[in-house]
Amino acid sequence: MTLTAIILFPLLGGVLAWAAGWKSAASARRIALIAAALQCLLVAALALRLRLAPLAGTASPWLAELRMPWIPQIGASFHLAADGLSMAMLLLTAFLGLVAVLVSEGASGRNGGGLHLCLLSALAAVSGVFLAADLLLFFVFFEAMLVPVYFLIILWGDLREDRFAAALKFFLFTQASGLVMLVAMLVLSFLNARATGQLTLDALELRGVPLAGAVALLLPLGFFLAFAVKLPMVPLHSWQPVTYAAIPASGGIILSGVMAKVGAYGLLRFVLPLFPAASSQLAPWAMVLALAGILYGAFAAFAQTDLRRFIAYSSINHLGFVVLGIFSMNGLGQRGAFALMVAHGCSVAGLFVLAGVMERDGGSRDMARLGGLWAAAPRLGAFALLLIMATLGLPGLANFVGEFLVLLGTFQASPRIAVLAALSTGLSAAYALRFMQRIFFGPRRGAEPAADLSGRQAVAALLLVASLLLLGLFPGTMLQAVNGVLP
Amino acid sequence: MSAYNVMAMSPFIAGAVAVVAIMLGIAVRRSHRASAAATVAAFALMLACIPVAAGVAPRQVTPLVVIDAYALFWLAIIFGAGMATAILARDYLRVRGGQPEEFYLLLLISCIGAGAMVCSRHFASFYLGLEVMTIPLYGMISYICSGKRGVEAGLKYLILAGAASAFLLFGAALIFSEAGTLDFVGMACATVNYSGSLVVLAGLAMVLVGVGFKLSLAPFHLWTPDVYEGAPAPVTAFMATVSKGAVLAALLRYFSTVSPDTFMSLRTAFSLAAAASMIAGNLLALRQTNVKRILACSSIAHAGYVAVAFLALGDIAAHAVAYYFAAYFAATLGAFGVITLLSANGDLREHDAMEDYRGLFHTRPVLAAVLALMLLSLAGVPLTAGFLGKVYVFMAGIRAGLWWQTGVLVFASAVGLVYYLRIIAVMTATPKDGDHACEVLLPAVSSAAKGLLAALTLAVLWMGIYPAPLLRIIEGIHLSAH
Repeated sequence: MTLTAIILFPLLGGVLAWAAGWKSAASARRIALIAAALQCLLVAALALRLRLAPLAGTASPWLAELRMPWIPQIGASFHLAADGLSMAMLLLTAFLGLVAVLVSEGASGRNGGGLHLCLLSALAAVSGVFLAADLLLFFVFFEAMLVPVYFLIILWGDLREDRFAAALKFFLFTQASGLVMLVAMLVLSFLNARATGQLTLDALELRGVPLAGAVALLLPLGFFLAFAVKLPMVPLHSWQPVTYAAIPASGGIILSGVMAKVGAYGLLRFVLPLFPAASSQLAPWAMVLALAGILYGAFAAFAQTDLRRFIAYSSINHLGFVVLGIFSMNGLGQRGAFALMVAHGCSVAGLFVLAGVMERDGGSRDMARLGGLWAAAPRLGAFALLLIMATLGLPGLANFVGEFLVLLGTFQASPRIAVLAALSTGLSAAYALRFMQRIFFGPRRGAEPAADLSGRQAVAALLLVASLLLLGLFPGTMLQAVNGVLP
Repeated sequence: MSAYNVMAMSPFIAGAVAVVAIMLGIAVRRSHRASAAATVAAFALMLACIPVAAGVAPRQVTPLVVIDAYALFWLAIIFGAGMATAILARDYLRVRGGQPEEFYLLLLISCIGAGAMVCSRHFASFYLGLEVMTIPLYGMISYICSGKRGVEAGLKYLILAGAASAFLLFGAALIFSEAGTLDFVGMACATVNYSGSLVVLAGLAMVLVGVGFKLSLAPFHLWTPDVYEGAPAPVTAFMATVSKGAVLAALLRYFSTVSPDTFMSLRTAFSLAAAASMIAGNLLALRQTNVKRILACSSIAHAGYVAVAFLALGDIAAHAVAYYFAAYFAATLGAFGVITLLSANGDLREHDAMEDYRGLFHTRPVLAAVLALMLLSLAGVPLTAGFLGKVYVFMAGIRAGLWWQTGVLVFASAVGLVYYLRIIAVMTATPKDGDHACEVLLPAVSSAAKGLLAALTLAVLWMGIYPAPLLRIIEGIHLSAH
């Protein structure tokens, strides 16, 4: 029941905020904030309880699960389940949800209630994604999270960007690749039904379906395509920079911090366990693609003058490391990928908070016109410095742990790729430091607003900084969560 | 005729009696309100007769008609769609004056014809049903004869539908020349026994041409955007749903007795038509600037989607087609319902240009939200009915091994998303200046129409979130040979 509550609670909060939004935007924001904070507590309480008292004496790989019939006619059940990996992702989701609501643009005149409804329903859908253990249920949540993000972009997006084109591109890429995955899911279920006579879409029961011929490669590719678009991996990334540019900062926190991780989560949760043979067969190719993404993201990020597009390309760079770790096919690399997922979630959310602060009141985000901001906004500068240090992988901050483990794991699988990837961390340092220098140091160039972190934004920034530090200094707790899930 | 037969046919008897009663009522005193109310009541009565008929089903009544679970399911959604059309038409016709009472007679008769088609097991009843459904449509399309568009659309439909009927008849005659019977089972046996015969093949091909026209499958789809645009919005809703569904339902019953391996050439032809409709419908829709035309093109594409399920044949196809159409009926009626209500306006204009929808989320948030939901359902987004419809079609395609057709379906669905989202995007845009003047013109929506839209919204969500009860009914349908 708690698992259902985790999905329904943000939705309820969103509806309440929306209803309150008709009267005043401030109360809508307050309700949304309370809901997001309670959601954090709820997930944290569940995580603690599961840690203290895991299901004793069962062979089930799940710490908690709920199973009810849903559409027996096509073999789909309402099957929610949580293990260490999903609990960690849920914690990240709830935490970044709180950050997003803290810095949301709810004060602007355009119905703030609706904005919070979109934010919180996106949270609900993502939580569903991390809990679903049934393929169809997973797909429903996977696609359902598009709708609130779509409305976030077209209704509250940046007026300077072509919001409609960006929103369309985002929806189209994800939906089209999603449909391919849906067909792959149904084919898998059909093959299983033909082999065993049992109609099911349950992720566990579909493990070990005998596959032969072209299907053995096409099915995993169908899944891989959807997750690669979601991450995104080069060359399927073209939706991402425009979407990151157009989305409101609060939505961007959820989109980049959590939803991008759904792609990586899907690879770990579905592609590897469902198709172990094909995964090892595809792994070298995936690693090459990941390396291409790492290099491409780094070079492209270096060339950007737009703050949002910089965030987008630096994400491509980092998520390349995540994919590299996953397809190194060993426990070390995958643990690293997991740590980097969490760390990148926090650091990219921080970058979006930064973007939100700088764009407030029509502020510029063109790096060519910004400069010397430290003097005007020292708190913002300090926050940005820490984020940049995390982004370039400074030891002591969370991203370092992830990148280090990924490189170790990759070295076991392919020393050549590991060396190239390791060298590319130099590129990350280059683009990250250049970003810092351009915006915060040097002479002031344009008439940029001297806005510093406001009260709520400061709270959000502190939360993010604390988590980056904690995860960087004490990564053991986080990594323990996935013991037993990853090899 | 035994009492059981009367019970089995009771939905039709109720409908026929209602038509005569309403006609006499109009002769005594014209009252739009009374006609509309009586029509809605008649549909309710016909729906109430379905459980009565279900009590004695399956039952063959005369060599022409069979009442079984399959037929009753279709009767229920056809009569439901008829009732929805009547409610929408009342709001639409009320502001337009003239003599709107007879419209409801045409609607009732057309529904009875559609009902006869889904119950038919003989070509004679199939053809009679088809004509009884189509002929009132000519009148309904041109019912508003003040403008040019309606008359033009009616004429276009009259000529093309006449030609399609001729193809159908000639095709049946060719099959009859070999089979010596017009019974569906007999005709199907003939198609198997004479599978080498060119005459039978030609006959089947001509039947498919006629049917392809009715379903607006490419390459017989060119009339659809024009006629859908010219017809009054509630009539378009009716055409897009009932007249398509009934034809496909009857066709499926006919082909369910044929083994899929007979006539590979015909199968290939139908596959190509399905693929062409999916692609042509979606690509055409991308270029339209009129919402009714967009939905017309989308209905061409949907005919293609459902044709993929149809190609699976047998019970799988029956279940997929039934669920798909139930979802499609609800979403299409809802979408056209919103167009109808916006057009039920003092300025007597069809509000179907894209510009009419600019900023609808700001001026009429509820109607805009309903339309957005319906469009998302047509696009097949999860948590709406259309999504599970797509899943069902995919499953049917996969089980029958229709690989490339399923591939086209994936591609076409992705393209389709573009124009549905475009309408939604336009609705969220900031309204033009002077829209407040427009707001005053917008009439209050009648409570019946409000209730209808609420019911359709609930249906779309319910079918998308917890469809198990409906699927239990659908899985109870068996299309066995009679």
